[in-house]
Amino acid sequence: MIDAKRRILLKGSLGAGAIGVALGAGLLTPRAVLADWPEAAFKAEDQATALKELLDSDAVEASDKVMIKAPDIAENGAVVPVTVESDVDGVESISIIASGNNTPLVASFELGEGAVPFVSTRIKMAKTADVVAVVQTADGLLSAAKPVKVTIGGCGG
Amino acid sequence: MPSNIKIRAKSNNGVTTVKSLMSHVMETGLRKDKETGDPIPAHFIQEVTAKWKDQVVMTALWSGGVSKNPYLSFKFNGGEPGDAIEITWVDNEGKTETGTAEIS
Repeated sequence: MIDAKRRILLKGSLGAGAIGVALGAGLLTPRAVLADWPEAAFKAEDQATALKELLDSDAVEASDKVMIKAPDIAENGAVVPVTVESDVDGVESISIIASGNNTPLVASFELGEGAVPFVSTRIKMAKTADVVAVVQTADGLLSAAKPVKVTIGGCGG
Repeated sequence: MPSNIKIRAKSNNGVTTVKSLMSHVMETGLRKDKETGDPIPAHFIQEVTAKWKDQVVMTALWSGGVSKNPYLSFKFNGGEPGDAIEITWVDNEGKTETGTAEIS
């Protein structure tokens, strides 16, 4: 009788232990992996806040050494091809901002050793607005903007 | 699960250009279901890591503002035909996928 109860107790605690491990694995792993994801910057509703959160500064200087390529007119705001290049040395990161979006910061690319300051991707644009590229160097932030006319917004339902 | 990341990498004059296409819904969390009106939960890639051999050449941090089935192209100095390129993404639900290719 006593022995049987002991079995049940053991089983119960083992079960709870297993759930604990599963929860731990399921919840903690992604968070650990994504520790670097700058949530506040991506949730910011204006460019200055986003840049401060992401790069600790919103002091951007317009520069012709940052080249941004995007269409003049985007028929579909859900897919706007954007390419950013720079011929400045020592580029640390490139960020892409769609200034008309609810949360303007779209993407930020951290360049590793050997990377060429070049990125190309496709972004969503809610409405006609500037696409802004911000290039981070040791000497500060350089930027360029390109107006894109959007005929159908990409962020609505 | 087979990888859904398509990668093409080419080296030319000492510079490797990588083009990749990932398969993901990239939901912002701002859209609503057209029939029920319920908000569609956010589900998007947050981080993409690109490696040449064992060296990280680029880390991309994304919001839901990157288009569905994301396209990403980047370049780096170095790389020989046959070298391995590895691209891994992690989304906001903790799902992850990795694709590999050889430089041609």
